[in-house]
Amino acid sequence: MSKLPAGTLYRGREGQWSWVAHRITGVVIFFFLLVHVLDTSLVRVSPEAYNVVIGAYKNPIMGLGELGLVAAIVFHAFNGVRVILIDFWKKGPKYQRQMLWSVVGLWAITMIGFSIRHLPIVFGGH
Amino acid sequence: MSTTTNDAASIEAPRSGRIAPRYARTPGGKGNFEMLAWLFMRISGAILIVLIFTHLFVNLMVGDGIQAVDFGFVAGKWASPLWQVWDLVMLWLAMLHGTNGVRVIINDYADKNTTRMTLKSILYIASLVIIVLGTLVIFTFDPCPAGAPADLLADFCNA
Repeated sequence: MSKLPAGTLYRGREGQWSWVAHRITGVVIFFFLLVHVLDTSLVRVSPEAYNVVIGAYKNPIMGLGELGLVAAIVFHAFNGVRVILIDFWKKGPKYQRQMLWSVVGLWAITMIGFSIRHLPIVFGGH
Repeated sequence: MSTTTNDAASIEAPRSGRIAPRYARTPGGKGNFEMLAWLFMRISGAILIVLIFTHLFVNLMVGDGIQAVDFGFVAGKWASPLWQVWDLVMLWLAMLHGTNGVRVIINDYADKNTTRMTLKSILYIASLVIIVLGTLVIFTFDPCPAGAPADLLADFCNA
C-alpha cells in the first residue's frame, strides 16, 4: 500500500460524486428558499395574492417539482449527517463509502414513502 | 567568549517567533472565521434537519397536504408562537447555512478577484434582503386583515 496523500478523503469514486451531489442539491435548495420566502411574504400583501401564487404549487407539474425538491432536501440532509460523522466520528473516514450507500438506501425508502403520500394529493383522487 | 550555546533553554519553541507571511496559516489576520464557518455548517445542519423535516411533514404530509395550504392555513399556524419561532429560527439558520455554502462555492470556482467579489456582493445583498423581509413578515403578519373576504380567512377571524 502506498502512503495516502494527506488531506484528501475521497480521491475520486463514489465519495467524490457524493460531494458533487451535495453541492448541487445545496444550491438548488438555496434558490428555492429565496423564492419560498418571497412567495410566503405575499401574506402581507393580501389573502388573494397569497392564494393565487400558492395555488401554482398545486398543479401537477409543480407537484413533480416538489417531489424533486424534497428529494434534494432529503439527500442533502442524510448526506449531511454522513459528513458530520466523517468529521467527528473516529471511524467515519474509514466507513464513508458504507455510509454513502446507507444514505442512498434511506433516501430511496424516504422518497417512496413521500411519493405514496404526495403524488395522490397532487394528482387528485386522494 | 562565544555567544552561541547549546543550552536547550535557548531554543525557541516552534512557531513562537515571527512567521514569514507566506507561511502564516491565516494570512491577512482573518482570525479563525473559516473554522467557525465550518463548525456552524455542522451545527446548523443538524438543527435544520429537525426543523425542515417537521416543516415538510406538517405542510405536505398531514391532512390534504399541499392542497390545504392557503392564507387561512398560514394564519392558523402563525397564531401559535411556537410556529412563529419555529419558522423564524428555520429562516435564519437556513439562510445563513445556504449563504455560507454558496460563498464557499463562489470562492472555489470564481478565480478572478473582481468576479468573486461581484458574485459575493450579490449573494450577501440578496441574503440580507430575504432575511430581513422574512423576519418582518413573521412579526408583522395580520391573520385577519380588515376588508378581506371572510371565506379566505381562518375560522377564528369570523368567530
